[in-house]
Order: sequence, then C-alpha cells, then structure tokens
Amino acid sequence: MNKENGVLDIKKIRKISLLNIMWQWETILLFIFIMVAIINSNLSPYFLDYTNLMNTTFNFIEKAIIALPMIFVIICGDIDISVASIIALSSVFMGMASQAGVNTFGLVAIGLFSGSAAGFLNGFIITKFGIPAIAVTLGSMSLFRGIAYVILGDKAFTKYPTSFAFFGQGYIGNTMIPFELILFFILAIIFGIILHKTTMGRRVFAIGNNSTAARFSGIPVNRIRLIIFTVTGLCSGLASILLTSRIGSTRPNIAYGWELEIITTVVLGGVAITGGKGNIFGVVISIFIIGFLKFGMGLINVPGKVMNIIIGLLLILAIMLPELLKRLKPKNSFSNIKK
Amino acid sequence: MKDLFRKREFNLFIFILFIIFGVSWRTPSFLYINNFVDILNDTAILSMVAIGQLMIIVTGGIDLSVGSSLALSGMSVALLNQYHPGIPIFMIILISIAIGLLLGSINGLLVSRAKIPPIITTLGTMSIYRGLVFVLCGGTWVSAHEMTEAFRVFPRRSFLGISSLIYLSILIVILFLIFLNLTRTGREIYGVGGNKIASQYVGINLKKIQYIVFTLCGGITGLAGFLWVARYAAAQSETAIGFELQTIAACVIGGVSITGGSGTIIGVVLGAFFMGIVYNALTMINVSPFWQMAIQGFIIIFAIIINTVMDKRNQQLMLRKRSFNE
Repeated sequence: MNKENGVLDIKKIRKISLLNIMWQWETILLFIFIMVAIINSNLSPYFLDYTNLMNTTFNFIEKAIIALPMIFVIICGDIDISVASIIALSSVFMGMASQAGVNTFGLVAIGLFSGSAAGFLNGFIITKFGIPAIAVTLGSMSLFRGIAYVILGDKAFTKYPTSFAFFGQGYIGNTMIPFELILFFILAIIFGIILHKTTMGRRVFAIGNNSTAARFSGIPVNRIRLIIFTVTGLCSGLASILLTSRIGSTRPNIAYGWELEIITTVVLGGVAITGGKGNIFGVVISIFIIGFLKFGMGLINVPGKVMNIIIGLLLILAIMLPELLKRLKPKNSFSNIKK
Repeated sequence: MKDLFRKREFNLFIFILFIIFGVSWRTPSFLYINNFVDILNDTAILSMVAIGQLMIIVTGGIDLSVGSSLALSGMSVALLNQYHPGIPIFMIILISIAIGLLLGSINGLLVSRAKIPPIITTLGTMSIYRGLVFVLCGGTWVSAHEMTEAFRVFPRRSFLGISSLIYLSILIVILFLIFLNLTRTGREIYGVGGNKIASQYVGINLKKIQYIVFTLCGGITGLAGFLWVARYAAAQSETAIGFELQTIAACVIGGVSITGGSGTIIGVVLGAFFMGIVYNALTMINVSPFWQMAIQGFIIIFAIIINTVMDKRNQQLMLRKRSFNE
C-alpha cells in the first residue's frame, strides 16, 4: 500500500508500520507469553528454574509436533480431529510389534508408517468423495481409537526395548535439553520454511482463501490436501513414538482428548479457522504460552479441569480480542493520510 | 416410488429393518417387544439432544459443548436435589431447562454477537462448562442414595408400559417437527443454512437465528441433563463425556448435511435409533463392547460416503432432467 503513495511523508509511514506491528497478533501473543512468565515466577519460586523449564517441555512437545502440520490443515480450510486417535492406533501397533520382539528401529518404522497410512486414509476419503474434513475425521476418530480398543480391550502393552526409551526421555549429550525439544525446533523450522518460503506454502494459502479459484489457476488442490493429511498422520505417528517411549506403555485411551487442545493451540496462534491465514511463529509462541500456563498452574496445585476452564476462556478471549481492538483502533488511518 | 427410494430417511429405514432381520435370525429374543422398549429408552436422550444439534448443523454451525452442558445442568440439579430435597420435581425440570437455556444462550451470544465461529466457541465452552462441573462438585459424585426417590424414579415412571422418558422425547420430536416445518422461524433456519448471504438479502436476521438455535439446543440439553442424571442415578464430572460426538454421529447417519441447509428430524431420530439398535444388537450377538467404538466410526464414515454419493447422483439426475426439458 505504501508503494502506491510515493508522495507520502516517510515519517508518517514509519509511524503507521510501527502501529501495525503493535496490533499484530504475534506481538499480542508475545505480550501474553511474557505476562504468563512474570505471573508464574511471582506465584512460585520453582517456575524460573532451568531444569524445571526444560523438563516441563516434555508435557507439551508431543502435542506441539502435531500442531505444526495442523497449521497447514487449518490454513487449507480443513480440520483433523482424528490425530489423537492416530496416536492410539500407532501406539497399539508398536506395542504389538514390540511384543513380537521387533527392535527399536522397526518400532519407529511401524509407528511412522501406521500414522501416515491412517492420515492417508483420511485424506483419500476427503478428497476422493469431496466430503467435509470434519465429518470424515469425526468418523475416523472413532474408528482408529475403536481399533485400538478392539486390539487391547482393557489390557496394556508395557514391554518396550530399553533403547526405545531415548526418543521420549533422552537428552542431547550431557545438556539438560530434551531430544524432543530439539526435534520440535528442527521440524518447526522445516515447516516454517515450507509454509512461508516455498511455492507449496503459497499454494496452501491460495487453497484456503478460495479453493475454486486455486483449482482454476492450476493448483492441484486435492493432491496437496491429500499430502497435508498424510503428513499430519505421519507427525501423529511421530508424536505417538515420542509419547509411547516417554510413558513406556500403551493403553487404548492414550492421548485422549488431545485433538481439542492441539486445535486450540493452533487457533490461539492466530491461524484463522476459516482458512487462508496464519503463520508458524504465532503458533510456536502459543504452544509455549499454553504449556507454561499449565506448568505454572500445576505448580500452585490447580486441578486439570480448572486449567481447562482457563484455556477455554483464553481461546474465546483471544479470538474476541482482534474484534475488540478493531473497534478501539482509530478508524481508517490510511484513508486519512491519503487526503 | 422412485422418489421414495431416493429419500435418505427411507433408505436408512430399510437398512434398519435389514439389521433387525439379520440379528433376529441369529437371536430371536432380539425381536421381543421389551427389547425394543429398552432400545427406545436408551436412545431417547440421544435423539432429543441430536434434534438440538440438528438445528445448529442446519444453520452451518456445530455444537461441541452439548456433552459438557448436559453434565453441568445435570450436576446442578443433582446437587440441588441433594441439598434441598423439598423442591418438587417439576421445579427441578424447569430449573434444568433454564440452566440449559442459559448455557446455550452464552454460546449463541458468542457466535452471533462476538462473531466467533461456532466450532471455536463451543470448543472453548466445552472445556469451560466441563471445568465448572468439576468446580461445582469438587471431584466427588452425587450417587443414588443422595438423590430423592421422586428424582431418581422420574424417567422410569411408566404409563401404559412406556416410560416418561419416551413420552418426553416424543413430545420434543413433535414440538420441533412443528417448529422447524410449520413456523416462519423454523423455515428461516433452513434458509440460513442453504445460503447465508441470500438469506440476509431476503430479510432473514442471521444473528437472531444463530442465537435461537444455540439457545434452543441448550434448553433441550438442559432437560436431557436432568433425565440423564436421574436415569443413571449418578452425577459426576465425567458424565456424558464424548456425548457431543454421538449426537453429531446421529445427525450424520440421519442424512443431515454437515455443511448445513438440509436435514430432517425424522432422519435424525432414525439415526439415533439406528445407533441404539447397533449397540443393542452387538451385545445380543455376544460381541465384546470394545467393538462399539470402531463400529460406530465405521458406520459414520460409511453413512457419509453413501450420503455424498447419492447426493451427487441426485444432482446429476436433476441437471439431466432440466436440460431435457429445455
């Protein structure tokens, strides 16, 4: 917009862009994050402790790893509520394989493969029949977890090779940095580059803004959606490996209800649920906001259900905030300057 | 006749008869009238709440908070009953409906006034209401011996061999059949779902409609909360967890388009009845209850695929007819 008005006073433009940054979603999130950190460290002396902070990441990094592909899914205008069930399914398959004496390498392969297969099935039904993603993944959410229940019933798999424990419990070298955390940051950078710096990323935004227009401009809409759902399955499989390795056992109710927390994280991170808008950085901040908020509340003995009230309120307030700010913001700041 | 076969409700009905035939062939006791009354009792609450869900889905929304609001209204009246046993049962029913209406109208306000998409609003209120249940009861149960006799027995009290639970659900079905098909607001609900923008041009108040459907769904859910808690004679913080998915499943199986605009009450009731029959049949033919979830998921996916394929075929037929006439 600034390019069109070459005659504008440069100082005014700088002022505007500073103001725009102020109102940007990521800035608000960063502000919330700092608030959470300050409040938490005031409430409990155990919050600002390097070991504690590092170890608490174990509790939310698995969800965070699924949140990354979920950004793509939601930007496309779709949704996937079967991710937690895919975790259960992969975990059960890994448990069966482990019972049969498969080694760590084989278990990882099985986890990743079963996750991708489940994701592919979702994507295939959605794109082949043109059914809304919420309906299909609602069904597969029951189906996948249901298969886990059929296989396991009320039993549990608890026998896993010792070397398998590294993925969910291991640290990098002698530092206190968890392997999971590093893995997450690497994935976040990869997904960020794909979303914001490649043609693929531009196409994802195009699909989310207007999928019909995207198709007419030559974008293979359905193939891209199929790939995204498969990758979401793959990442759920990966999260399943990490989670199973961390808790060392598999029950059919593993990761129950995670899908809602993952979607909450993504939406709080500024991804529009209607599609077409969002970025990785916002979601990464939102992951840490929710993670540290829960950690801080845990330190002062807030029960989990009460934490959920606060997360729910945070979600609704966060979505309402831009509308409220729009009303507070001076109207038509650009058109005033044009005059 | 051909038109009849193209109706989803009719197909579903045929399918239900097919299952009844198949199961009773293996276990004749499935056909006993008592068994069918049991199935009706089991699906009464589901079909009531699914009608609320239907209205929201028809407008293009979705309500994920029904399980939590059911639990919250159920827990509230259970506690009320425990600490004030003197309150008559019909007051309890009115209070449970009022709590439901309140919770539903909060959803409705957030969707219509604050313009938060329904899925996000109800995702949030689902956690909030569920958390409030926990805050109310402090993690403990209200169990059978803490409820009054009148409270516990109400859903089972029967007249002519049929329980009040079934009568209530029939009442709700009839009320909403009239509301959705014969009143102006009811038709406007379908109008909004068919085409949001067009409906506003013809003068339908979108905000009002959104507010109404969420509030009404809340009211039904509130009533269902009381019935649920009284029927199972227990209120706890995990009551009806995951119930929202069952109501959506009943809608989807009943042929409601998840994108809005179409769906009938008869379809939804058949959908709920279908789920009840499948669960009942599974126990009848000695299948482990652990199969329930997987089969439910399979049925949902199968039903949606069938619906979509049939829809497309119908559209093509209509197009062909039109081009033929021209």
